[in-house]
Amino acid sequence: MDVKQQKLNKEYQEYVQRKMPKSYLLRDCVLAFLVGGTICTIGQAVSNFGKSYFNLNTEEASAFTAIVMIFIGALLTGLGVYDDIGKYGGAGSVVPITGFANSIVSPAMEFKKEGYVFGVGSKLFSIAGPVLVYGISTSVLVGLIYFFVK
Amino acid sequence: MAKYRLGGQTVRLENPPCILSRATIVGKKEGEGPLGEYFDVVLEDDMWGEKTWEKAECRMYQEAARMAIIRAGKQPQDVNYLLGGDLLNQIITANFAARTLGIPFFGLYGACSTLTESMSLGAMLINAGYADLVLCVTSSHFCTAERQYRFPLEMGTQRPPTAHWTVTGAGAFLLSNDEKPPYITHVTTGRVIDYGITDTYNMGAAMAPAAAATIKAHFEDTGQGPEAYDLIVTGDLGWFGRELTIDLLKKEGYDISDRFIDCGCEIYSREQDVHAGGSGCGCSAVVFGGYILRKMEEGVYKRILLLSTGALLSTTSTQQGESIPGIAHAITIDMDRG
Amino acid sequence: MEYLRAFVVGGLICVIGQILIDKTNLTPARILVCFVTLGAILTAIGVYEPIVKFGGAGATVPLPGFGYTLAKGAMKAVDEMGVLGAFTGGVRAAAGGITAAVVFGYLAAVLFNPKMKR
Repeated sequence: MDVKQQKLNKEYQEYVQRKMPKSYLLRDCVLAFLVGGTICTIGQAVSNFGKSYFNLNTEEASAFTAIVMIFIGALLTGLGVYDDIGKYGGAGSVVPITGFANSIVSPAMEFKKEGYVFGVGSKLFSIAGPVLVYGISTSVLVGLIYFFVK
Repeated sequence: MAKYRLGGQTVRLENPPCILSRATIVGKKEGEGPLGEYFDVVLEDDMWGEKTWEKAECRMYQEAARMAIIRAGKQPQDVNYLLGGDLLNQIITANFAARTLGIPFFGLYGACSTLTESMSLGAMLINAGYADLVLCVTSSHFCTAERQYRFPLEMGTQRPPTAHWTVTGAGAFLLSNDEKPPYITHVTTGRVIDYGITDTYNMGAAMAPAAAATIKAHFEDTGQGPEAYDLIVTGDLGWFGRELTIDLLKKEGYDISDRFIDCGCEIYSREQDVHAGGSGCGCSAVVFGGYILRKMEEGVYKRILLLSTGALLSTTSTQQGESIPGIAHAITIDMDRG
Repeated sequence: MEYLRAFVVGGLICVIGQILIDKTNLTPARILVCFVTLGAILTAIGVYEPIVKFGGAGATVPLPGFGYTLAKGAMKAVDEMGVLGAFTGGVRAAAGGITAAVVFGYLAAVLFNPKMKR
């Protein structure tokens, strides 16, 4: 690409950036705070419920909470409600573990027509896969480093 | 230089073909929009009783094609060529519909510019005497395009304000060598233009330079300015892309702002939560076929310039970080033979 | 009070995600990956544990909490069984969540169909 075209591109891109309609950052953040906060509060209630009714210890309660929250996220995605929450909640509905469930169910459901192995089976992990890859790999790395510096 | 070429990118059609008949089918949301009453068929359910979204889109494509043929009082075997395409990989909608229709078929891909790409080639085929009847059909479907290009439907993501909403719709146009307005008098073929935009949620900015370049080329080649047209219509630049195109052309010395509409802006009302506006092969097809041609018949517009604009990206190219090239093809539609 | 702390901490973690989405071109999938990795790293350097102590579910329900569970599990297993623990501890601690995600995800995908969008 010649220099003149590069200059033109740069000018155009800067001009587009300047003129582009902006996201309403403040509004988005307030909504993300409220939605995310609400989901976490529900999580806290689930955790307390597990502790008092099933006498779970802290670690068991956190696994119990994860399981219940993932169930809720998967169910709401199936019912077609979670994407409506996501439209307003933004990161508030993406970042909690319910969003992780949403990212698993939504592609799997969408690609069901491609069959149960390459449709549902493989698409379950189209977004969750990378999360597990990097999450688990980091935990192994953390464990190894911990082993050597301990 | 070839006899009927004007300048670098334009041809004048000596025997201008006419748009003999047309048909438009749209989805529910499009039917609820401000142009709802202008479309021939509005679906109650975008699945249209089919098993998959893809099948539904294919059926829209076929039905629009059939309707346009029947309205002209013709049979499918009278049609010499079917030209068209859609947005899906390997243009399966058009290929599968062509399998059913049984008309000799050229499958075309120009992303959302496929409508005017098809009509340009169809008009040239008729003008050259290779065909009497050419059917041009394009379609797009929100649910099929979304899963291919972006995210699954039920994924809870937010769309940025520059994101487009793919139009669910199919439009068919039967071109012939009859003498019945409106006519296609000029064809300006676009160059692929790339100003290095990489944001897939900003198609308007990626396509605006292509639209501006083709409009400019058309003006230069024909020696006419914006005043020669009652309306200049682009396919799916959206609100933001429309503004950019006006600005880009102002820099070139053309002010089109008082006679410039974009199909993507017209098809939805801003309350319908579509952000930057509509997009897709179906967008310009249904707005042009449903609304603009009707207004031309009513005498509101006599001569218009129609450009469908396409963003030439694939999921592979965007994941590999390539920029998004744009293209725009223009055709002049005139109630006189020119 | 415990609920209020969960609300505020969870809400703030989501706000960080929102700022990343609006200000950068990170897609939600990348945000999820970053947050899990970040959660694991913050746990390793001892920053996340106090946040969990303070915020409860507000810190464990968002995705950094998943990273926290993985990293904490790995470190705990290293304490118990040495280097092998680095490989078994993380997934063991997060087993409930991962299995729930697979099973409930599969069931929901099989039972439901995507709806037309308005």
